[in-house]
Amino acid sequence: MTMSNDNHSGNFIEYVTVMIGGQLFGLPISQVQDVFMPDRLARVPLASAEVAGVLNLRGRIVTAIDMHCRLGLGKRAADRPAMAVGIEFHGESYGLLIDTVGEVLKLAENTREPVPVNLDPHLARVSCGVHRLEKQLLVVLDVDRIFDSGHEAAAA
Amino acid sequence: MDDLLREFLTETGESLDTVDVELVHFEQDPNNAKILDNIFRLVHTIKGTCGFLGLPRLEALAHAAETLMGKFRDGMPVTGEAVTLILSTIDRIKQILEQLEKDQKEPEGSDPDLIGELERMVIDAPAAAAPAPAPAAAAPPQAIGTLTYQVLERPLRVGEVPLDELERAFRETAGPVPTPPAKAKPAAEKSAAKEEDDKSDSKIANQTLRVNVETLEHLMTMVSELVLTRNQLLEIARRHENSEFKVPLGRLSSVTAELQEGVMKTRMQPIGNAWQKLPRIVRDLSAELGKQIELDMRGAETELDRQVLELIKDPLTHMVRNSADHGLEAPAERRTLGKPEKGTIRLSAYHEGGHIIIEISDDGRGLNTAKIKEKAIASRIVTEAAAEKMTEVQIHKFIFAPGFSTAAAVTSVSGRGVGMDVVRTNIDQIGGTIEVKSSPGHGSTFVIKIPLTLAIVSALIVEAAGDRFAIPQLAVIELVRAQANSEHKIERIKDAPVLRLRDKLLPLIHLKSLLKIDDGENSEPENGFIVVTQVGRETFGIVVDGVFHTEEIVVKPMSTRLRHIAMFSGNTILGDGSVIMIIDPNGIAKSVVGTTTQSSDADESEQQRDANDELISLLIFRAGGAQPKAVPLSLVTRLEEIDTKKIEYSNGRPLIQYRGQLMPLIRVNQDVALKIEGTQPLLVFSDEGRSMGLVVDQIIDIVEDRLNIEVPSETAGILGSAVIKSQATEIIDVGYYLPQAFEDWLIRTERKLKAKAHTILFVEDSAFFRNMLTPVLRSAGYAVTTVGGAQDALDVLKSGDQVDMIVTDIEMPGMNGFELAQAVRADQRTANLPIIALSALTSADAIERGRQVGFHDYVAKFDRPGLLAALKEQAAVMREAA
Repeated sequence: MTMSNDNHSGNFIEYVTVMIGGQLFGLPISQVQDVFMPDRLARVPLASAEVAGVLNLRGRIVTAIDMHCRLGLGKRAADRPAMAVGIEFHGESYGLLIDTVGEVLKLAENTREPVPVNLDPHLARVSCGVHRLEKQLLVVLDVDRIFDSGHEAAAA
Repeated sequence: MDDLLREFLTETGESLDTVDVELVHFEQDPNNAKILDNIFRLVHTIKGTCGFLGLPRLEALAHAAETLMGKFRDGMPVTGEAVTLILSTIDRIKQILEQLEKDQKEPEGSDPDLIGELERMVIDAPAAAAPAPAPAAAAPPQAIGTLTYQVLERPLRVGEVPLDELERAFRETAGPVPTPPAKAKPAAEKSAAKEEDDKSDSKIANQTLRVNVETLEHLMTMVSELVLTRNQLLEIARRHENSEFKVPLGRLSSVTAELQEGVMKTRMQPIGNAWQKLPRIVRDLSAELGKQIELDMRGAETELDRQVLELIKDPLTHMVRNSADHGLEAPAERRTLGKPEKGTIRLSAYHEGGHIIIEISDDGRGLNTAKIKEKAIASRIVTEAAAEKMTEVQIHKFIFAPGFSTAAAVTSVSGRGVGMDVVRTNIDQIGGTIEVKSSPGHGSTFVIKIPLTLAIVSALIVEAAGDRFAIPQLAVIELVRAQANSEHKIERIKDAPVLRLRDKLLPLIHLKSLLKIDDGENSEPENGFIVVTQVGRETFGIVVDGVFHTEEIVVKPMSTRLRHIAMFSGNTILGDGSVIMIIDPNGIAKSVVGTTTQSSDADESEQQRDANDELISLLIFRAGGAQPKAVPLSLVTRLEEIDTKKIEYSNGRPLIQYRGQLMPLIRVNQDVALKIEGTQPLLVFSDEGRSMGLVVDQIIDIVEDRLNIEVPSETAGILGSAVIKSQATEIIDVGYYLPQAFEDWLIRTERKLKAKAHTILFVEDSAFFRNMLTPVLRSAGYAVTTVGGAQDALDVLKSGDQVDMIVTDIEMPGMNGFELAQAVRADQRTANLPIIALSALTSADAIERGRQVGFHDYVAKFDRPGLLAALKEQAAVMREAA
C-alpha cells in the first residue's frame, strides 16, 4: 500500500513496459518483483477464464493471470511462448502473462494524462492514466485494480 | 524474563504502533468503520492480555480507552479531543510498557487523570448512545479486579524457580525427568500443580531452540529446490548406463529425502501448545467470575502446522473466555437447574476427513436465539422480516458478525462483541470454517474445521484427463480397479454410475466430469480406478484415469482467486517440482450428495424439518425378510405374545379369542408364517371396540428416532423406507391392514358417519402423515377429505363441499397452517369452522400464536389419542351449538 503512495509522491516514476495484444502497457517498477518465463503451467479446473494456471517459481506457488483475458482481448494464443511479470499482492504471488517485456521507462508524473473516456471498459477499469510517448501511447496499469475487479468477476 | 511477558511485550509493542497509525487515519476518516473495528480489536486484545498477565494498571487504561471507542462504534461523533485523549492513553501505556520491560514488573501508581478524562467523555456522550451508563459502571469493578490480580500473582511468583537453580537441579538430577501432570486438570487444582509444571516446562525449554519462522520457511524453500535439482540429476544419470555418479547420487537422493522430511517436521506442533495458557486463564476467570469451571482438554497431541497454530491460538482463547463468561451459569443458577455446580468447558481436537476439527463446548445455558435475533435486528444486520424466516442455526450465525454482542452487561472478560468477530476473521484467514451448535439449557458447541492448508499430509496422486491431482489419504478407504469383464465393474442406474462393492452399492463420480475437464479421450466408462472415499457418514467412489503413488505433501493455501472452488482445499508442489491441486473430499462429497439428494431436499425440506425436529417412538420388528420394519408406537394398542395353541381357524382365516372377542390375525406379508409351536408375537391394533392382530416374526426393539421416509414404496402395506438407527427400515401402512381384518371396517365407519355426519378436511403436505392418519380418522368414525396443501384446502372450502372440521399441519410449503387458519377465519362462511392444528411445533410460542390466529386446538403430530379427543370435543361443541 505504501508502494502506491510512492508512485504519486515522486516526480518521476519508472515503468516496466510490456506488450499485451499489440498495446504497450506500463507497470510501476516498484510493484514488479521479477520477470520470468512461465514453465510447466498447471491448469486449474473450474477457475475463472483469466486464471491461466498455477506454477512453481523457486518453491513458491504462483497464480498465473492471462492478461489477454483480463483485458478482454480473448484468450492468449497458446503457440507463442509468454513472459510473465511477477507481482506480489496481499502476500500472494501472481504472474501476469504478457507477450513481451520491453525497456524500463522513467516518465514524469505530470505528463500522465487521464484515461480517455471512450477507452474500452475492460482497459479503463484497470488503468490509471496514459503517457504519450514519441511513437505510441503507454497505458499505465493499476496493479490493485487488476486484482480487485478480478475478484468481483470471480465472485459473480 | 518470563516467556509470556516477553511475548506480550513484543506483541503489544507492535499492536500499539499499529493503533497509533490507525487512529490518525481514523481521525481523518471517522466514518470508516473498518479502521475503527481494527483499532478496537487491537485495544481489546491488549486489554485481554493484560488482564491475563495480571497487569492491572495497563488493563484499566486499555479498558477505559476501549469503552470510549465503543462509543464511537455506537455512533458518537469522533472529536479531535477524544482521539488526542486516546492517543495520550496509548502513550501512557507505552511508558508503562517500557518500565515493565526494564523492571519486569508493572510500575507502581495509577492513572486516575486519564481514566477520569476517558470516563467523563464517555458519560458526556450524546444521549443517542443509550447504554452510556453501563460502560461507566463497568469501571469500578475494574478496581476490584486489580486487587484480585495481585493476590493471584503473588503465589505464582513464589512458585517460579530462578533459571540458575533450574540449571543446577538439572545437572544434579539423574534419570528421566518427571512427566508433567496431565494438562486436563480442573482449574482449581491447577495451582498446586503449577510449580511442577513450570519446572518441567523449563526443562523442555532447555532442550529446544527458538528459530525464526522465516528461517524455517526459507529452509523449506531451499529443500524444495534441492529436491528439484536432485530429480534433474537422477534423470541425467538414468540416461547414462554404468555412470560412476550412480552410487553417490543414490546417497544424495536419500539424504535429500530425509532432509525434506526433517524440515517439514519442524513446522509441526501439537495443538496442546496453543492450549498451554488456557488452564491459567480459566483459573483466573473462575476466580473473577465466581464460577467453578473445569477445563477438559482432549487430543492435545494432534499435530498442526505451526502457522495454523499461531492463527487459532487467539480465537481459542477468546472462545474459552466466552464460554466461561456467557455460556456457563453462576453456581447458584446451575444448582437450581439441577446441574452440577462446576461447569465444564471441553476442548477437543482430532483429524477427520482430511480436516482438523477443534471443538469447544460447554454445558452452560446455550445461545439465546430470541436475544440474538433481537440484537441482530437492532444492529441492522438483518431486517425483521428476513429474521422471521430464518432457522435457529441461521440466527446463531449472527454472533460472528462484527460488533455483535448480546451480553447484557459489559464485563472486562468479554461482552463487547469483538471476540467472535476476531475468531471468524482468523479462521477465515486459514480457509477454515466455524459452526455453532447450541441447545438451550444444555450448552453450546463451536466446531472449528481447519482444512489441511499448511499442514503436511499424505496424499494419493491420481490422474484425470491428463492432469494430476492429490487426494488426502485420510479420506481414502481403499482403491478398486474397475474393469468391464471383472468382478468390479462400473454399472449405471439410469445415468448414475455405481459400483457393487461387497454388499454395498457405491455411488461413483467421475473426477473429470466433476472438474469439467473431460477431454473425451480415454473414456471407457466401465474401466478406471476407483478411489473409495469416506467423508463423515458418506461413502462414495471417485473415478480417476490413473493412480500413481502416495506422497507426503505440504499443503499450501490456494490463491484467494481460486478459493471459491469448493473441489480443492489447496495446492502443493510435488517432489518433481510441478504444482498440483489438492482435492477436497468434503467438496466432492457435497456435490455427490447434492446430485443425489438435493432435488428431494427441495420438495421434502418442510417435511424433513418436521421430521428432523421430532424424535418419535418406533416399534421395530421383523416380518418376512431380513430388513426390519417399523410402525409408530402410538398407533399400536398392545404387543402380545400368544400361545400358538390358541390360534383357531374360521373360514380358513386365523383368529384368536382375545379379551372376550374374536380377533382376526393378519400377516404382514406372504412371507410371514404363523408359528406352529411356542408363542406367536402380535401387534394389536384396536379401535372402536374391534381389534386386529398383526402377525410378525419377531419384535425387535422400541427406539426413538427421527422418522424421515426417504424412499417411497410401491408395495402395498409399506409406506416406504427410512433410516432408523442407521439401518434401512420399512415403515408399514396400518391403514392397509385394517380393512383386511374386517372388510367392513371402513364401510362400517362410513355407515356411522352418515349418522354423525362429521366431515374432516385433513390438510397435510406429507404423504406419509396423510396415509398414516387418514385411516385413524376414518376408523374413529369421521368422513375424511384429504388435501396436500393449504391452497387446495381453501379450494375445497370454496367448492361448498361439506366440511365440519379442519385438521391441518402447520409447516407446509407455500401457505402454512397459520395462514390457512387466518384465511378460513377471514371468510364469513367458514369463520366458525373448528380448526385443529397438528404439528411438530408444540412450543408455547407456537401454541399462543395458533390461538391468536384461531386454532381451536393444538395437537402434536403423533398424539393419536390427543387428536381423537380434540375431535370429539369439537364435535360435542358443535352438537350443542346445533
